[in-house]
Amino acid sequence: MMQVIADGLVAASFITLGVVGLSMIYNILNFPTFAQGDHIAVGAYFALGVVALAGTAGSVAGLSFGWPLILGLFCAAVLTAVVALALDRAIFAQLRRRDASRISLIMASFGVALMLRYMIVMAAGHDPHYYAFAITPALNLGGVRIQPNELISIAVTVAMVVGLHLFLTRTWLGRSMRAVSENPTLARVNGIDVGRVVRWTWIIGAGMAAVAGVLLGVVVQIHPFMGFELLLPMFAALIVGGMTNIYGAVLGAVLIGLAEALTIRYLAPEYRQAVSFIAVFVVLMVRPQGILGEKP
Amino acid sequence: MDVLSYLVFFLVVAGIYAVATLGLNLQWGFTGIMNVGVVGFFGVGAYTAAYVTGPNYPDAFGGFGLHPLVGYLAAMVVSGAVAFVVGLPTIRLKHDFLAIGTFGIAICIQLVAMNWKSATRGFDGLHSLPKPFAAAAGSPFAANLAYLVMVVAIILLVTLALERMVRSPWGRMLRAVREDETASAALGKDAFRVRLQTFVMGSGLMGLSGALYANFTGFVSPQDLLPIFTFQVFVMLVVGGSGNNWGAILGAVVIWGLWTATETVLSALLPPGLQQQVAAVRIVMVGLILVAMLLLRPQGLLPERRNVSPEARLKP
Repeated sequence: MMQVIADGLVAASFITLGVVGLSMIYNILNFPTFAQGDHIAVGAYFALGVVALAGTAGSVAGLSFGWPLILGLFCAAVLTAVVALALDRAIFAQLRRRDASRISLIMASFGVALMLRYMIVMAAGHDPHYYAFAITPALNLGGVRIQPNELISIAVTVAMVVGLHLFLTRTWLGRSMRAVSENPTLARVNGIDVGRVVRWTWIIGAGMAAVAGVLLGVVVQIHPFMGFELLLPMFAALIVGGMTNIYGAVLGAVLIGLAEALTIRYLAPEYRQAVSFIAVFVVLMVRPQGILGEKP
Repeated sequence: MDVLSYLVFFLVVAGIYAVATLGLNLQWGFTGIMNVGVVGFFGVGAYTAAYVTGPNYPDAFGGFGLHPLVGYLAAMVVSGAVAFVVGLPTIRLKHDFLAIGTFGIAICIQLVAMNWKSATRGFDGLHSLPKPFAAAAGSPFAANLAYLVMVVAIILLVTLALERMVRSPWGRMLRAVREDETASAALGKDAFRVRLQTFVMGSGLMGLSGALYANFTGFVSPQDLLPIFTFQVFVMLVVGGSGNNWGAILGAVVIWGLWTATETVLSALLPPGLQQQVAAVRIVMVGLILVAMLLLRPQGLLPERRNVSPEARLKP
């Protein structure tokens, strides 16, 4: 059972890093972006590019990666944020300016998602890639077997979520973001630069997605559909935890991660994505606003 | 003769897409509800038709060997039923929930098709489905031509029925709900009900499209259930003109034409061995068309026409 919880938390770490951005974009830009999954994959491939340039993923402290990949992680976060900002300027900002319907935004994000995914295929093909082939022995923590890489993913995720919490509660920009998500008109009246808030939403959302991609690439593998496969679990986490609450999204991610691990262990591994869907249905029937969501 | 037979083949496939696009038009174009899982309902229709009309497989259930027309009806009913189950909890809520719910059901349907091998034969798919007219027509060309005539007849029938429906008081209610749900509710319109009705009917058309596909190719597999299909149908509707049934048909023909033409051109230009890249370039190109249309001509090639009650029209 402890093993299932550990596996679930590893799965939850990738979902968490992705869903935090999804939740912020949903609350500030008012649409669920179907491109968030592919931000994850784009990030993983940027880091792969850096590792390929360096010629090695390096190695520190007995891990399967080292400084080249850590540098790649930072480059991936920055470049993915740049990609998201460029796409916002070229497409989503234009649609907002034209007062396009929410459905047009959803549809455009679906189109962007496919374009990103297949640009990756154009550049790197369908075959899976790895940052490194080194095999690290699993650690044994009181009967639970866990890879050092998996522990690092959980640690990085916890650190980033705590950092984001401090950012949202302690800084002017973070508080502005919460204000815009609560009430954009009132926020604007109070002199908050909504354009800046929107830009930072993409930067943080896409940057954290890129980190998720690199960690997923380290723990599992890198392939063009890696992010797309996380999209349904991320949406499920969003709905289960509550669309309007970023902490709800994190809670949702943990629950979906555990549910996936339980399915893989006791039911059928090939149906892990279906769990997310069932969770969505149960929550919509019982508590449509999600666990931590407020009643609309 | 080669060109002609290719043209017939091309038009049949475009027509099959057009049926799905008409379904999405009823949902998104007229009622303003979002279906991100078009391919799921297409897939349910295709597999339903395969079970109803197909031979008896030793390693999968089904195989009732019924007439394809029965398959078409069954596909519409089953896809509509799936839509009812998905729509019931999600359609009452904000648009986003239906978008996510339909996205999820499409993925789950593909998972079932891939993994429930004792029912679907997994990636081996269901094969040897009966092709109408194949025996009677004599040659494959004549069979395809007859199938084309049937598809065109079905499209005309569907389009005329849809046109009547959307010009009726019920159809005006759809647009009222789309444009301002609060106002239409204040006038006593049950928005939930009409949304669910159009969602079920539109998904039924997507199921019909799947059934037409299954009995045309004689084979269905999880390879036919990729999200690309949903994306293609989106682009067809946006390019043709959402809210216009003839636009939906035009969009299907134009985009399917571009899709097939780029494959021919790119395959000729690029060195062999780059098939993956050809497919990818094509998807990126169609994505650009989608985004460009949303930005530059959101009304599409054939814009929606105004629809005014005959009683409200001013007499000259």
